[in-house]
Amino acid sequence: MMRAPAVAIVGAAECDLGVTGRSILGLQAQAITRALADAGLPLRDVDGLATTGVSRFSTTQLAEYVGIQPSWVDSTFTGGGAFEMFVARAAQAIEAGQAEVVVVSFASNQRSARSRSLAGVLETHTPEAQFESPYGPLHPISHYAMAAAAYLHRYRATREQLAEVAIAAREWALLNPVAYRYGAGPLTVQDVLGAPVVSTPLTTGDCCLVTDGGGAVVLTSLDRARDLPRPPVRVLGYGEVSTNTSMAWPDDLATSGAAPAGRRAFAMAGLTPADVDVVEVYDSFTITVLLTLEALGFCGPGEASSFIQGGRIRPGGALPLNTSGGGLSYCHPGQFGVLLLVEAVRQLRGECADRQVPGAEIGLAHGTGGILSSHATVLLGVHR
Amino acid sequence: MSRSYPVPPPDEVTEGWWGATRQRRLVLQYCADCDRPQHPPRALCTACGATDHLGWRDASGEGIVDSCTVVERAPSPDFTPPYVVARVRLAEGPVLLTNVVDIAPYEVGIGDRVRLRWRDLPDGRALPVFGPASPRPEE
Ligand SMILES: [Zn+2]
Repeated sequence: MMRAPAVAIVGAAECDLGVTGRSILGLQAQAITRALADAGLPLRDVDGLATTGVSRFSTTQLAEYVGIQPSWVDSTFTGGGAFEMFVARAAQAIEAGQAEVVVVSFASNQRSARSRSLAGVLETHTPEAQFESPYGPLHPISHYAMAAAAYLHRYRATREQLAEVAIAAREWALLNPVAYRYGAGPLTVQDVLGAPVVSTPLTTGDCCLVTDGGGAVVLTSLDRARDLPRPPVRVLGYGEVSTNTSMAWPDDLATSGAAPAGRRAFAMAGLTPADVDVVEVYDSFTITVLLTLEALGFCGPGEASSFIQGGRIRPGGALPLNTSGGGLSYCHPGQFGVLLLVEAVRQLRGECADRQVPGAEIGLAHGTGGILSSHATVLLGVHR
Repeated sequence: MSRSYPVPPPDEVTEGWWGATRQRRLVLQYCADCDRPQHPPRALCTACGATDHLGWRDASGEGIVDSCTVVERAPSPDFTPPYVVARVRLAEGPVLLTNVVDIAPYEVGIGDRVRLRWRDLPDGRALPVFGPASPRPEE
């Protein structure tokens, strides 16, 4: 079994969120400089950089823009969950001595730029372009919709139960002043079920926001972290798995392929789901959360729809989940994974004011990319 | 539903599959080494890794709706909602993404038995789609 790395997250920040009217690189510069200020580290100390979504050559583009020549970069492109993978790779690079201070960042201006399409991005040389796109699926929504349909059918779960994911996310967002839906008021089951249908059984109430935004985290060795101003948030474990790129390839849509990612992360950390105080899982759609909770072992197959009821995942509940308000009610800049890390770090450092989970010491961030295509879990811990 | 959507041309691996659709035959790629079918066609067998002896066999055209969704917003002007996007598990095992047609969209359900239909493409190829396998009893 792999051991936990002696690496910590020492800085975390968001760039401007919502509708910013700013450029991708302008938002990236905000995220990076704010995260470094939080870490108490100068830009010139950064020798590792991981990002995506800037351009075809994302890391070199961004490195030049901020004026550094890093000795390690990573731009693994696996969708919104890539940033949990970057944490794993950054920890390995720091332990190997290839980099000492790594910035993991992302920013998008997709709402201001109106760059999001319901069809997704078509690459004509792929099998999907020949064998799936001709049938008109919304990408990625129709895949998650079919997963939701399969899940509800198999386990006789209800639409109302699924809506609780969005309702709980809104409750958290009402406590987060920078959330897109802060001040929007609580969400009801009827709001979610009565919203316009996009791809059955999912309505717009089940779908993540389309906003600008992003963030960055800074990682360094545990040794160096001890001299920095913030409490180090240690990387306790990580794991990942890549499963599919087409809608037809997964054998069973009622089950996420994420289980091996969670298993590997928990094994490295020597922890179980019962040890986790705060959970940040990618909520691209309401169904994503149910599938992920089951895959990570927080409950059994088919149990998540009832497990999340009764306020369990809402503020004050036994399993605080997506405490920022999540992609559903806080911010979703196309690739949300970096903001899962930012929120987990802030919770573990006790900085979350009205939405703070009291005494949170172990946090989990789980990224999901594409159409339940790639899955990465990071376990984080702090002693405050 | 999909009147003018530009379906990309086949490549050297998929031309046999698309060629069969010109004769309204749904074929599956089989590996002669391990006797397993796969879809979409590839340059290797994902079960055993073999690159030779990959060939085509006619599929029965019978399947079961594995999951489905009624699309209510068009991904592009080529499509007119509502229509059903479905995963159909063929009797031979592989799953196809497809449309279920010749039935009201909200009548399609998981577990429904479906049978092959064809939607013509302008260049002589055709898209396999599926319709009800047998008339439904009046409800
Ligand atoms: Zn084979």
